[in-house]
Amino acid sequence: MPPIAIRAFSATTALGRGSEAQSAALQARRGGLRRNDFGPQPLPTWIGRVDGLEDAPLQGALAAWDCRNNRLAWLALQADGLMPALEGLVARHGAERVALVVGTSTSSIGASEEGYARAQVDANGAPCFPQDLQRPIVHTPHSLGDFLQHATGLRGPCVTVATACSSSAKVFAQAARLIHAGVVDAALVGGVDTLCGSVLFGFNALGLVSTQPCRPFDAARDGLSLGEAGGFALLERGAPDEAGLQLRGYGESSDAHHMSAPHPEGLGATLAMRDALARAGIDAGQVGYLNLHGTSTPANDAIEARAVAALFPESLHAASSKGWTGHTLGAAGIVESVFALLALRDGLLPGTLNSETPDPGCGPQIRFDNARRDIDYAMNNSFGFGGNNCSLVFGRGATA
Amino acid sequence: MSALTACIAGIGYWSDGLPDWAAARAFASSGTLPADAVAKPAPQLLAPNERRRAPPSVLVALEVALAACRDAGIAPDTLPSVFTSTHGDLGITDYMCATLAQAPTEVSPTKFHNSVHNAAAGYWTIGAGCMRTATAISAHRASFAQGLVEAMVQLATDSEAVLLVGYDTGANGLLGTVTRSEGLLGAALVLTRDGSGPRLSSRLEDGDAPTGTGPLATRARDNAMAPMLPLFDALAAGDSTVALHAGPHRRLRLDIAHG
Repeated sequence: MPPIAIRAFSATTALGRGSEAQSAALQARRGGLRRNDFGPQPLPTWIGRVDGLEDAPLQGALAAWDCRNNRLAWLALQADGLMPALEGLVARHGAERVALVVGTSTSSIGASEEGYARAQVDANGAPCFPQDLQRPIVHTPHSLGDFLQHATGLRGPCVTVATACSSSAKVFAQAARLIHAGVVDAALVGGVDTLCGSVLFGFNALGLVSTQPCRPFDAARDGLSLGEAGGFALLERGAPDEAGLQLRGYGESSDAHHMSAPHPEGLGATLAMRDALARAGIDAGQVGYLNLHGTSTPANDAIEARAVAALFPESLHAASSKGWTGHTLGAAGIVESVFALLALRDGLLPGTLNSETPDPGCGPQIRFDNARRDIDYAMNNSFGFGGNNCSLVFGRGATA
Repeated sequence: MSALTACIAGIGYWSDGLPDWAAARAFASSGTLPADAVAKPAPQLLAPNERRRAPPSVLVALEVALAACRDAGIAPDTLPSVFTSTHGDLGITDYMCATLAQAPTEVSPTKFHNSVHNAAAGYWTIGAGCMRTATAISAHRASFAQGLVEAMVQLATDSEAVLLVGYDTGANGLLGTVTRSEGLLGAALVLTRDGSGPRLSSRLEDGDAPTGTGPLATRARDNAMAPMLPLFDALAAGDSTVALHAGPHRRLRLDIAHG
């Protein structure tokens, strides 16, 4: 496919706010997980929590969208020069020629949960939400996209993608299509998910949550650690022979197997990776770094490692960053794309934190230690419930 | 923008009292309702035990999706799909929030994995044995128009044919005191680059789309997916143009050439 230029990118996670905080923690192998201190009845697990959201309510005209998820969206948007770069895109193309495509798994359902926890009775004696939560927009999945549309003034297509844990990887594919089809010239893409009861107790009900910090691809791994994060990237139709970071390919597929368990042979994952490589027009051997989905559940990691071993040479550096940030669900796609872009830009290839003994099923591609070398292409895998898979390939312009 | 185009190869429809597109068309032209309409969809793609447990959003989405594929004569496992819904399954959201408030450790694992916005897309790909890409989106009142844009963009870039499904459920419980949506409503289109059937040509433009006043839009006006209904009224009536709400002061203009 024709490359798409990446003009700016950023992530805010338990590691801190903005790209430099991510880089510093990845390099120092300093994780962001802590013992679960979220909510009134914290489960015995570890979480990747973003500090300061409780003290950062949305103000003025944005107060109508106030909730934990939109607070994190707003915070993440202030980092790494995203807003000035976005203003530049709008000045070049016009607000109706810039799309807004953002991913989330649970959007601001935390606000709905709070409405039930703090339910009151109205004048007729019927149960109702407290007055401050009687705002329909924060109780619907498009809360995130609608908030960002009002916060940025963009007037192009505005969509919230919610395909569970592949959401904010698929936003790159949808935005690339909108640009290639000529509907827009540029796009703000990204994703935001915040900790809430639904995901903590939901993943717990599925038996997928570890009581320890998660250990992706470790022989003794026993589940995931949940996290929250927000991140964005600015995409623009590239000029021929342009330098700089680029989206080079995307691949999407379905497992057609089970709602919450991956295809036993990793068929959907393989299709997505092959599709992304084909669209980028490169061989698997040209990829220098692959950020794995690597959730640290026994099933995901075993199947993903086999699929990677079947597709890539032994020289690939493939690793999971979930031990640093936790599994940030609908934000995992953008966070881990930012890590892939940092690897391309700086040559910092993160390993896998907390893991010590490789699962015997892992091929030599799965790396626990960090490495440092210049690479030409970086990839990111994001797989979600419903068997929803997306892989992305990033590269650099020819003269970079 | 250059116009996006698509041919409508197949249509599926379900609303309370109108269980298929033929019934909806008959109602639109003569005002008659079928005498024996089933109360809830029973999509053949799901095994009987799955059909009993599946939430209404999944039932209606799979029912109209399969009907559209049959109408088009296209095998479901060959189609990439775009599922669009304003709220997903409101009954499951109510269940999750109510259970979390009372007994959080008793959340049902099945209800939890059915709570994802892409539940219908997931069950569709599993039931159809389809490994093509599936997406699930929301854009509030613009959900159907934005889903249609994504489907037409897929035709322009990646695929010869695509399935588009729009659906919403009724709100209940405490959530129903802030979120308004009534009844069950779903519609699906199989769109192709070339072929027979009505040909759509679309462009995004400034302006508000009028609220639908046709028979289908009036009948299901309280469902959150009602903003899609002006298109289905136009298809039933053979109108040559219609506008759908596509965002704040934005609309999707659709010109329809009936073959």
